[in-house]
Order: sequence, then structure tokens, then C-alpha cells
Amino acid sequence: MILWQLFTSFFKIGLFTIGGGYAMLALIQEEIVHYGWMTPHEFVDIVGIAEMTPGPIAVNAATFIGYRVAGLAGALLATSAVVLPSLISVLIVSRFWARYKSSQGVQAVFAGIRPVVAGLVGAAAVLVGRASLQVLAPGSIHIPTLAMALVVFLGLLYRKWDPIKVLVVCALVGLFIFK
Amino acid sequence: MPITLDLAWTFFKMGLFTFGGGYAMLPLLQREVVDNKGWATEEQLLDYYAIGQSTPGIIAVNTASFVGYFQAGIIGAIAATLGLVLPSIIIILLVASILRQYMDLAVLQHAFAGVRVAVSALVTASVYRLGKAGIVDSFSLVWTIITFVCIAFLNISPLWIVLASFVLGNIIQSVRTKAS
Repeated sequence: MILWQLFTSFFKIGLFTIGGGYAMLALIQEEIVHYGWMTPHEFVDIVGIAEMTPGPIAVNAATFIGYRVAGLAGALLATSAVVLPSLISVLIVSRFWARYKSSQGVQAVFAGIRPVVAGLVGAAAVLVGRASLQVLAPGSIHIPTLAMALVVFLGLLYRKWDPIKVLVVCALVGLFIFK
Repeated sequence: MPITLDLAWTFFKMGLFTFGGGYAMLPLLQREVVDNKGWATEEQLLDYYAIGQSTPGIIAVNTASFVGYFQAGIIGAIAATLGLVLPSIIIILLVASILRQYMDLAVLQHAFAGVRVAVSALVTASVYRLGKAGIVDSFSLVWTIITFVCIAFLNISPLWIVLASFVLGNIIQSVRTKAS
């Protein structure tokens, strides 16, 4: 019974996550409170851990909550349930897409939405940048952090640095400059 | 390496190194999927991303499924998705069962502060590439700026912006067809 509840809850969460990110956390909280799976305090803890660990936040949260509610089986079930709507919707969209993608009208629509992605990700850059450059105190800019961000930015753009190596090196540098 | 295994392994790496949500995955996708593997062009990646935003589901999973589907059909979509979520499952299970008490350590917090700086530089660098691929005329430049302001400063959901762009793209196309 609890496994079925986990499955339906996280399927619903995956299904109604459109546009991504933090809107979904509110939905998860609602489900958790509805079933009394954990306290609001525990939920805040889990969101923090889901953000710190690698991987999509929704998937991390599903795995964690599934594990806490029903062990390994719960973790696997909640994770499958949260990705299933994605798989289904992509398969449906892809079939139409493969058929119509070379038509002129569809091409024009895509040309219309490509700039949106640049704007979207630009907005995300502002959000992440704000959070990461004010590490020590809100409102104050930490000069070594700013310098580090600039060096990495230029390296990525002009030296084609590998993003994975950049992440590892920055984690190590963080150990020294944030002491 | 068979394509399904290659998809799973490539997206496994992406799941392992994506910190801070779907947007942070984009620079890794550009590097692996566009530059290294040639599974999509920069423009196609933009399309997957825009559609991933406006269809139900987690953006990172949607994008992985699109890339997988167009390489190897349904099996490819499943392989890419499994690869993407596997690091999450492994790491979260470890954290939830035995590593919980270490998550508050100062050392880890400092390392994560460093990672966040890298993520912001990565995301900013990918905006530059996206702009080069997506901004082709004065209209797309204006539309990019409007999108940016609406989402960054007016808190409007990306969903509405993408839908509005679909409609606008259609209108512009029909106007151009009539004119020519």
C-alpha cells in the first residue's frame, strides 16, 4: 500500500513538473504532508541534501524520500515513478517531431524558440551567480571568488576547458579560499 | 562500444557532475553531446531544451531522453535516462544510509562553495554559446532580452515564455509566407 502511494505521488510530481526546478519542490512538500511521511523540518534537510549532491534535484529528492519511507524498494520505486512521465512525454513528442521536423513551418517555430533558451539560461546564470558570489555575507562580494569565477569563465570560453575537470579543481580551490 | 552503452555511460557522467539543477547540465551537454560525440548540433540541443521545458517532466531527464531517442529509439531513451539517474540513486542511498552525519562538515561546505562558483561560470559560458546559435537577427536578439528580463527579474514561469514563443514563431512564419 505504501509502495503504491509512493508510486502514484511521485508519478504525479514528475507529470506536473513543467518548466523545471523549484516549483516542483512545493508539490513534493504537499504530497509528503498529505501522507505524513516526514516533518517539515526533515523535508528542509532533504531539499538541502538534494541540492548539494550531484544529479537532478527532483530525482535526488525522490530517491531520498522513497528510501526514508520504504527502504531500498521505496527509493527505486519513487525514482522510477518520477522519471516515467518524462520518458512517456518525450516518446510521444519525438514521434511527431521526427515526422514534421523538416517541414518549413516547424523549422520557423524552432527558430522562434531558440533565443528563449539563451534568455532562460541567462536568467539561471544570474540566480546561480548571485548565490555563489555572496558566500561569506549576503550583499558583500568576495574578491577571490569573483576572480575565480572570471578565470574559469575565460578558460571555458577561450581555452575550451573540460567542465568536469573545472568542477573538480574548483572544489579543491574552495577548500583553501573559503576557510 | 554499442550505442546504448555509450549513451548510458555519457549520461552517467552528466548525472555525476551536474550540480544545482537542470540548467547546470547544459555546459556538460554542449561538451559531451555536441563537441565530443556529435549526437546533436548546437541548434538541436537548443530545441531539445526548449521542448524539454514545455513538456511534462524533469528537464534534465527530458533532454537525456530526447538525445537517446534520436540516437537509438526507445531503448536509447531508456538507456540515457537510466545512466542519468544512476549516480543520484547511488549517492543518495549512501548519504541516506551512512554518510548523513558528514554532510555538515566544514570541509564539504567549502568544497561545495567552490563548486557553486564553477557552476556559475559554466552556466554563463554556455549562455554565450547559446546566444551565438540562437540569435540570428534583430528580432531574436530582442526576444532573448525580453525572456531574460521576464524570468530573471519578473519571476514569470519559463513555461509561459516558451508557449508565447511558439505562438509568435508561427505568426511570424505566416506573415513571411504571405509577404513572399
